[in-house]
Amino acid sequence: MAAREISLNLKIWRQENQGKKGTFENYRLEKINSNMSFLEMIDVLNEKLTREGREPVAFDHDCREGICGMCGAVVDGIAHGPEKATTLCQLHMRHFRDGQTLTIEPFRARAFPIIRDLVVDRSAFDRIIQAGGFISVNTGSAPDANAIPVAQTKAELAMDAAACIGCGACVAACPNASAMLFVGAKISQLALLPQGGPEREKRALSMVRAMDREGFGNCSNERECEAVCPKSISIRNIARLNREFVRASLFSDENE
Amino acid sequence: MSWFTRTVTASLGKKYIMALSGLVLGAFLLVHAAGNTTILLGRSAFLSYAGHLHAFDFALVGIEFLLLAFFLAHVVTGLVLFMQNMWARPERYAVNNNAGGRTWGSATMPYTGIIVFLFILVHLYNFHFIAPGAVIADVVAEVLGSPLYTVLYGIGLTALALHISHGFWSLFQSAGINHPKYNRFIIVCAWVIGGLIIAVFGIIVVMLLVNSNLLA
Repeated sequence: MAAREISLNLKIWRQENQGKKGTFENYRLEKINSNMSFLEMIDVLNEKLTREGREPVAFDHDCREGICGMCGAVVDGIAHGPEKATTLCQLHMRHFRDGQTLTIEPFRARAFPIIRDLVVDRSAFDRIIQAGGFISVNTGSAPDANAIPVAQTKAELAMDAAACIGCGACVAACPNASAMLFVGAKISQLALLPQGGPEREKRALSMVRAMDREGFGNCSNERECEAVCPKSISIRNIARLNREFVRASLFSDENE
Repeated sequence: MSWFTRTVTASLGKKYIMALSGLVLGAFLLVHAAGNTTILLGRSAFLSYAGHLHAFDFALVGIEFLLLAFFLAHVVTGLVLFMQNMWARPERYAVNNNAGGRTWGSATMPYTGIIVFLFILVHLYNFHFIAPGAVIADVVAEVLGSPLYTVLYGIGLTALALHISHGFWSLFQSAGINHPKYNRFIIVCAWVIGGLIIAVFGIIVVMLLVNSNLLA
């Protein structure tokens, strides 16, 4: 596709740290190549700010190929921007108009405190995983492929859930800042497979309790999470989480 | 804490309370709508329905208290959820946009809930806490013959239909019932039930306004 050059007006959230009050600042960028990614566009802005002796905009990023889960901001009210099933790093400037004004905000949730500008602390997710998002087996060497039978349909569903990169867009997009799509995906990927079986009930209880401790909101089935998820994780996984929690709470001997 | 307290106070436990109590209240509403259609058949049909209903006097009090318990559970849990969800996002977004998940019903859930709550208070004041010996048909004809109440009931019923359009689908999702095989069916049912309730009650309210002899 032939590249265009566009100009943009940016309204970006600037906040020095968690304790300070943040505010929006306006920037103007000229001649942005439409083949750039969104993050490359911010790189250009930061080069400009640095040359002018101003503080560059802090933002999270790592692989820049849509698989690590580090990047993410809310662009014009939509987490990871307007393209479906796309992380911010894989969003390209060709999707924006010349002269467009973009408002860029960090993911906002009590459980995701702002570290600086667009960078938020998502370690709450790590603590939820530490509470039970694993299986306690001796890994040893790889088992024989057919040693543990798994139905094809189940394997597909588990893989779909495992596609979650833990970026936190579900929390950012949820009107209630709920983390249930993330927790639903992490519980589902193990609940669907035989390897996850032995710790299934304990995991459901521990992870839900950990999620509640972190101060996330409650799911009210708004479906905004699956609409912004860069990996298109379905809310079927939240329904499975609901079933797993009932099963563990009412029908198991696990106590947590 | 006991296993029970821990389950119902968990984020997911509160979902189950909302779903179960919502289901009971919704089921009551359908029965209520079916019973009220007797109004359209005239005074004797309506009074006969009311008379038969109150023949179950003793059971009726028990059912009323049970209904009140589910109602309070739904309202109190809903308010707790609303407050917790506000608390979970201390700083709001400057730009709010719908990525494609929210509907009018889902986005207004707490607000339609509050409107329905106020509407039910008005409704109980109108028709439940009436003078002993008053004839229900006369009370209904008098209250709903007034255009002020037509408007109030119109607002209440619209809020109720919106509330149900999200609530009915939502309770299945909360109960873990979600499969591509029948998701569309559940969502259509939610719209149909919401539409049916507003249609039945709406027709009754409008008929009572335009035809003052309906219950004469």
